[in-house]
Amino acid sequence: MSLPLVVLLPFLGAIAAPLFAQGGRTAIAIASSVPALIALAALFPHWSVLSAGGTVLHIYEWLPVLGLSFSFRLDGLALLFALLILVIGLLVIIYSHYYLKASENVAKFYSLLLCFKGSMLGIVLSGNLLLMLIFWELTSLTSFLLISFWTHKQDARRGARMALAITGGGGLALLGGILLIGNIVGSFELDDVLAAGDQIKAHALYPVALTLVLLGAFTKSAQFPFHFWLPHAMQAPTPISAYLHSATMVKAGIFLMARLYPALAGTEQWFYMVSFTGMATLLLGAYIAMFKHDLKGLLAYSTVSHLGLITLLLGMGTQLAAVAAIFHVINHATFKASLFMAAGIIDHETGTRDMRRINGLWRYMPHTATLAMVAASSMAGVPLLNGFLSKEMFFAESLQLNLPGLWAWVPPIVATLAGIFAVAYSARFVHDVFFNGKPVDLPKFPPHEPPRYMKFPVEILVFACIMVGVFPTVSVGPLLYSAASATLGGDVPDYQLAILHGFNLPLLMSFLAFFGGLLMYTQRQRFFDFHAQLKEVDGKAVFEFVVSKIEDMARSFTGWLENGSLQRYAMLLVVSVIAVTIMPLAEHGFFIGENGLSPVDWPTGIAASVLIIAALATALWHRERFYALVLLSVVGLIVALAFARFSAPDLAMTQLSVEVVTIVLLMLALYYMPSWTPMESSRSRRIRDVLIALAAGAGMTLITLAMLTQPFSSISEFFLENSKPGGGGTNVVNVILVDFRGFDTLGEITVLAIAALGIYAMLKNTALTPPPGDGLGHAWTRDHYPLMLRQIARPMLPLALMVSAYIFLRGHNLPGGGFIAGLITSVALILQYIASGMVWTEDRIPFRYHNVIGLGLLFATIAGAGSLAFGYPFLTTTFGYITWPVVGKFEVASALVFDLGVYLAVIGATLLALVSIGRLSPHSAIKSKMEGA
Amino acid sequence: MELLFAIAIGALTTSGVYLLLRARTFPVVMGLTLLSYGVNLFLFASGRLATGQQPVIGTTASYSDPLPQALVLTAIVIGFAMTAFLVVLSLRNLADNENDHVDGRREATTSPSKIEQEVSSK
Repeated sequence: MSLPLVVLLPFLGAIAAPLFAQGGRTAIAIASSVPALIALAALFPHWSVLSAGGTVLHIYEWLPVLGLSFSFRLDGLALLFALLILVIGLLVIIYSHYYLKASENVAKFYSLLLCFKGSMLGIVLSGNLLLMLIFWELTSLTSFLLISFWTHKQDARRGARMALAITGGGGLALLGGILLIGNIVGSFELDDVLAAGDQIKAHALYPVALTLVLLGAFTKSAQFPFHFWLPHAMQAPTPISAYLHSATMVKAGIFLMARLYPALAGTEQWFYMVSFTGMATLLLGAYIAMFKHDLKGLLAYSTVSHLGLITLLLGMGTQLAAVAAIFHVINHATFKASLFMAAGIIDHETGTRDMRRINGLWRYMPHTATLAMVAASSMAGVPLLNGFLSKEMFFAESLQLNLPGLWAWVPPIVATLAGIFAVAYSARFVHDVFFNGKPVDLPKFPPHEPPRYMKFPVEILVFACIMVGVFPTVSVGPLLYSAASATLGGDVPDYQLAILHGFNLPLLMSFLAFFGGLLMYTQRQRFFDFHAQLKEVDGKAVFEFVVSKIEDMARSFTGWLENGSLQRYAMLLVVSVIAVTIMPLAEHGFFIGENGLSPVDWPTGIAASVLIIAALATALWHRERFYALVLLSVVGLIVALAFARFSAPDLAMTQLSVEVVTIVLLMLALYYMPSWTPMESSRSRRIRDVLIALAAGAGMTLITLAMLTQPFSSISEFFLENSKPGGGGTNVVNVILVDFRGFDTLGEITVLAIAALGIYAMLKNTALTPPPGDGLGHAWTRDHYPLMLRQIARPMLPLALMVSAYIFLRGHNLPGGGFIAGLITSVALILQYIASGMVWTEDRIPFRYHNVIGLGLLFATIAGAGSLAFGYPFLTTTFGYITWPVVGKFEVASALVFDLGVYLAVIGATLLALVSIGRLSPHSAIKSKMEGA
Repeated sequence: MELLFAIAIGALTTSGVYLLLRARTFPVVMGLTLLSYGVNLFLFASGRLATGQQPVIGTTASYSDPLPQALVLTAIVIGFAMTAFLVVLSLRNLADNENDHVDGRREATTSPSKIEQEVSSK
């Protein structure tokens, strides 16, 4: 339980932290520290297991089918990183408390910081590669948000975007790599993967998987050629730079390589890819760091260089090199975080980070200067400090590589050269900032020491540098051993953490680096002149260029595809559908199943021919809209007949009444619309459309034919058997609607209601003046509401209502039901509107259709919920029989209440839609008052 | 019978798709209506074509498949709601943009008044 808790706590803290914002900055800082303190306490008891070389594992199933589990795993390596994250995280919180201005959004800052902490802990404690990837991506996201914390700065936003693009792209590659590894091993659990190293390395896809995983690691850890995002991420507040972009997040790539070391390392591919990338990064970062005038820029490139150093060590593939790599992770985190914090203090107190202006600060802040100088010495690799120890190990290892011929000289030379640069830039950091004359034109003058406790975190870290440097075995010995053992899979070589190993070649290299670096710094002007001649390849410019090119391509592609023409979209849609279906269709072609064809009888044949002709004629004459509409209604009526012909009386009745309403609706629309469609499409466009339409039609014909002639089995046996005994009705279609599939129907009438309300909302306050006459210039008839129609329509109403009541009541047992009855009632009411006008009818209808819809939905829901009161599931129905005086024995089913809801919803929705359209014309009210009254 | 039924669905689809690809709202609405006829018939046909076997218990010896019928019944009603919504959308487009082009832009290639001029000059 404790491991998931460690990961979860910071996230909970991130939610809780803003609540403390009211209590002031101190309250929120304290609240933000709590998760880390609890986490440290929770990790402590596991030490006994880990020091004995064991692992702690907590597994909770998540999606076992996908191999994804909430599995958390603690071993030495994970513990080392977790401690770095937690302890430096705590120090950063203290530091931030003094760093942030009162006016800043501290709640957001601490929330994001805690989110990051949780994600980072998630990476190191995940026992499942997929789970780890999720946290990996979360760190990219939180890093993005933290870099752009000062959202008003354009550079911050750009830097954040670049960091996200690079690390996110790497995350994508990593996902691919992890999936490949998971496929090779058959599991994503870390234990399984680590145990299957030989299997992975022997697999044909190993080079691909390795490359993808390394892409993820290199991008995250800012390795060449992806290093350029890190200096631009320095737009973040300095505590963030210290924490994310020096001590923890950029080490995630290193962690990944160390984590998967047993599974992936030890091959030639690993050696060349990792060590050469590391070497390039080491040298490049160290070289550029020399020439940065920005304090944080110097530290950023120095970080790049040190990350390259660790990568190189991991790439060497020897066990001692891996130990040195882990050791340097600890050392770099301590001295670099303290240097960043010192840089933040200087920025805070002087208002600038430009080293050409910051000079001679020793006089103003000796305490801070002392701390920074110790940390910088560690960075340079001065003896008795921790940086010296791991650098010595690095020098020693660079001599151990068995490269052929002259190549063997390359690693030691690169190492010494990088060491020289490191000493030079460290010397610059110390000398330029704290000595070298007087400050030049500082925004804040005179600078002074920061608040007492702002220095506290730096003191702790510097103390750690010295402790590790002087007493390495006591201070980090056990932790390092445990982490190295976890990295190497339990196979730890003999190594000694001594301050001095005697006078040997590595020591000579250290001397060379030290004095060479100092010499280089004294001669720096020559190097600056030399560097100024070089044409700098700016990674940022390249990145921005590539991004803008991609954006241009995306824009022109979008412009081409999405040109605002609905016609084009519809065409692409239909063509895509045809394209997808053409493959299976082409395979079978004209396919007649084993049931064969049944004979055609004359009436059906004639009706079908009329339907086909009318359908085609509708398309042919569509430009004369009224005729097309008449033809369309012919099609609809024959469809109704087809339902009746093929044993679906309910459908026939529904189609018939819907047809009436639809045609009235379209007639009404045509009243406002032009009655002609202009000839707009070119001949070739029309031919193209005809071909598309024919292809679609032919496809549908083939599919239908294949389907109709195939034997089939259906689940409907169940409905047929249970309709009467279970649902109490003999009309199976109706029983399905109101009982078996009642929930579907409830959803459907809700959709109907929403559509009607949408129509009402869309037309409210919209005025549309109909053209004065039809398209041929004839005025509309003056006889708006014909006398004969009026006289016939009025007595029709009660008759129609009676029919609909009958249809409604019998629906459970004979064709009919709520849908059909509702439509019949609607038609009867619409007839009154047509015959007598809006005002006349509205005056006589004592309710609003909105309410009818609402009542319908209410009835349906209550009928469904009623069964809950009796302890049955939603929409369970019951039925019984009562004997009425005249009617006789009559069945009453609770489904009838549901059907009543359907009935009301259908009436309300249909009429609301039509009446909304009828009300559109500004003249309709006046006209109907005059004519209809 | 099956072939005739399939051809009828094909004809409905052909006309429907052709009208769907037109540039004015009203033909598109008609096209969608035709398409939904075709689709409804298709769904209905998944229960196969049966004569005189309405799924009302006790009226015949064997019954046609009631499930597609129930599905199509609601599909018809929902189809109507969709048609109505679409019609209203095109009316709103007409009111806002003073033309009935499907692209919903104010400057259509041909305005309705111009169409009427063309027609009356015939």
